[in-house]
Amino acid sequence: MVTVATEVIVDGGIGELPTDPSRVRLPKFRPGRALVLLVAGLYFLVPIIVAFKFALQNNQGHFSLAPLSAIPSQPGLAAAFWLSTRLAIMTVVISMFLMVPTVVYMHLKVPKLKPLFETITLLPIVIPPIVLILGVLPAAPLFLKSSPYLLGLVYVILTMPFVYRSLAAGLGAIDLRTLVEASRSLGAGWFRTLWRVLVPNLRSSLLSAIVLSVALVLGEFTMASLDLWETLPVWIVNFAQANGHITTLVAMLSLVGTWILLMLIVSLDRSQSRRNLKRKQVS
Amino acid sequence: MTVAALPTTSATTSVTSASPAEGAPVVLENLVRQFGTARALDGFSLSINPGEFVAFLGPSGCGKTTALRVLAGFEKLDAGRVLVDGKDVANVAAQKRDMGMVFQSYSLFPNMNARDNVAFGLQLRKQGSSQRRARAGELLELVGLGEHATKYPHQLSGGQQQRVALARAIAIEPRVLLLDEPLSALDAKVRAELRDQIRALQQRLAITTVFVTHDQEEAMSMADRVCVMYQGRLEQVATPAVLYAQPNTAFVAQFVGVSSRIGATRHGDHVEVLGRDVKIRGDASHAPEGELEVLLRPEDLDVTLNPTGLGVVTHRSFLGASTRLTVGVGGANVKVDVRSSDADQLEIGSRVDVVVSARDVLVTTTRPAS
Repeated sequence: MVTVATEVIVDGGIGELPTDPSRVRLPKFRPGRALVLLVAGLYFLVPIIVAFKFALQNNQGHFSLAPLSAIPSQPGLAAAFWLSTRLAIMTVVISMFLMVPTVVYMHLKVPKLKPLFETITLLPIVIPPIVLILGVLPAAPLFLKSSPYLLGLVYVILTMPFVYRSLAAGLGAIDLRTLVEASRSLGAGWFRTLWRVLVPNLRSSLLSAIVLSVALVLGEFTMASLDLWETLPVWIVNFAQANGHITTLVAMLSLVGTWILLMLIVSLDRSQSRRNLKRKQVS
Repeated sequence: MTVAALPTTSATTSVTSASPAEGAPVVLENLVRQFGTARALDGFSLSINPGEFVAFLGPSGCGKTTALRVLAGFEKLDAGRVLVDGKDVANVAAQKRDMGMVFQSYSLFPNMNARDNVAFGLQLRKQGSSQRRARAGELLELVGLGEHATKYPHQLSGGQQQRVALARAIAIEPRVLLLDEPLSALDAKVRAELRDQIRALQQRLAITTVFVTHDQEEAMSMADRVCVMYQGRLEQVATPAVLYAQPNTAFVAQFVGVSSRIGATRHGDHVEVLGRDVKIRGDASHAPEGELEVLLRPEDLDVTLNPTGLGVVTHRSFLGASTRLTVGVGGANVKVDVRSSDADQLEIGSRVDVVVSARDVLVTTTRPAS
């Protein structure tokens, strides 16, 4: 809430603003916290900076943007990127269609099964991806074995822990039973209750589930490699042997792309909150 | 936080004209609902007349909310029947029962403003956009929130949210209106005001209404009839006046209003209590002969100051026009109401005479604990 209020002031004053500027509380500087933040920041940023440096430096040690302009023409990159994108979309769609009604139903009707469900959703983290794909491949029907979409189905399982936890957190923040019963008493069936009442109120957790799923699919290597499909991470590894500079740059760009996606989704969520604040001020 | 008075002008008239003409009769027949080893409903039966306001009153766990949820379709029955308008609705899904419901916790959809919340049920009934908006606006006017139509639930106070929820529930022109402790989360002043508004609205629209509460004051002040429940069963259903004056059982006498238990001796249809012979109220056949207990309302007793009296004032509570005294007498504590102007001399520790002034008293079916 404090974050929102601060942003409101920066944006030119919407919502209920404190009239006295002295009442706006700024975070107090704490050296201990700043140190932790600095160390954590360095831990994450140094490898990225070093990777960018390596990607944009030629053999003589000079910086050049040539690898950047060379990326679009790299053989196989566009196809790998498009395959990864399709798999990400497929994973998100199937995952949402399966998980949202299931998790809502379980929270509503059989909350006693929550611990069991949590354990089941943890399995994809516990079981190594190599075991998962080697188990799936012999059992999969032929038409799926020859299709990259088998990977999408396996990714649904892989993303389950993150999707479940995001949804469970969202459902824990609303009065699920009352909202569902209110909707049904007004004449809405299950589908309409889910679509008109629950999904809008689970927006943040759904967005977070989608972001995590997309990030996971765009970065998954083991399964795609063993299933012999050249997704973006597989292409990066394969092409690294030919040109390490370009593959490092592509890897970095995919990281930046995921960040941008994350920022976009978060800002969409925030803009919705701001609209609500504006409505509040107008009314 | 204040609650605006119900408007009585054109908005009210227009809504009333579009409101349900008649509530539906409801019959609950021998309802049984078991949760594990606990029996929430144990053969509960009740008939509710069209347009009647019935309150389910009882302590926590008595089955009143379960009965309401069974009627709403949110709880399944192990046995029994629910008839609405003469038709058994046991196999009718909650969304097809045409029952408006207001919940104990705030139930407005957070993603919709007040108007959209009210219009939600109308949209499901395929009403056009302009018609929905107009009707939702009228209903919000009716509950005194016309100016708050574009506000979201988090921008409304608790009382306002419950009034929007009420407007939303009646928007669908329900056959039965179900109120599940809708006032319990509100502060005392708002609760009292909203209580009057709900009653006025229900009378105006003549919707059959079932109101669940554990607050006897709410039940007694709002309902046409109060249904007292205990351990999943119906203890007594009667008008508030009859319930107070002629409770059928000791539980009802103790739960509704204030009463004190004191030992007495039964002789036929009379009991000797506090040195006076008094008639037993109602059917005395179930009461044991000899030693038993009687239940006395504060207004059934008189006290007079007497330095050699057997009673001692142990506690005083100022209630405004009257003062409630607790008097220790005959090994029991009885509560007696006196006019506050007469209470000055009846200080704590004063000796008093306590006499039964009522013509008859209620007796319990059990012998006093020795």
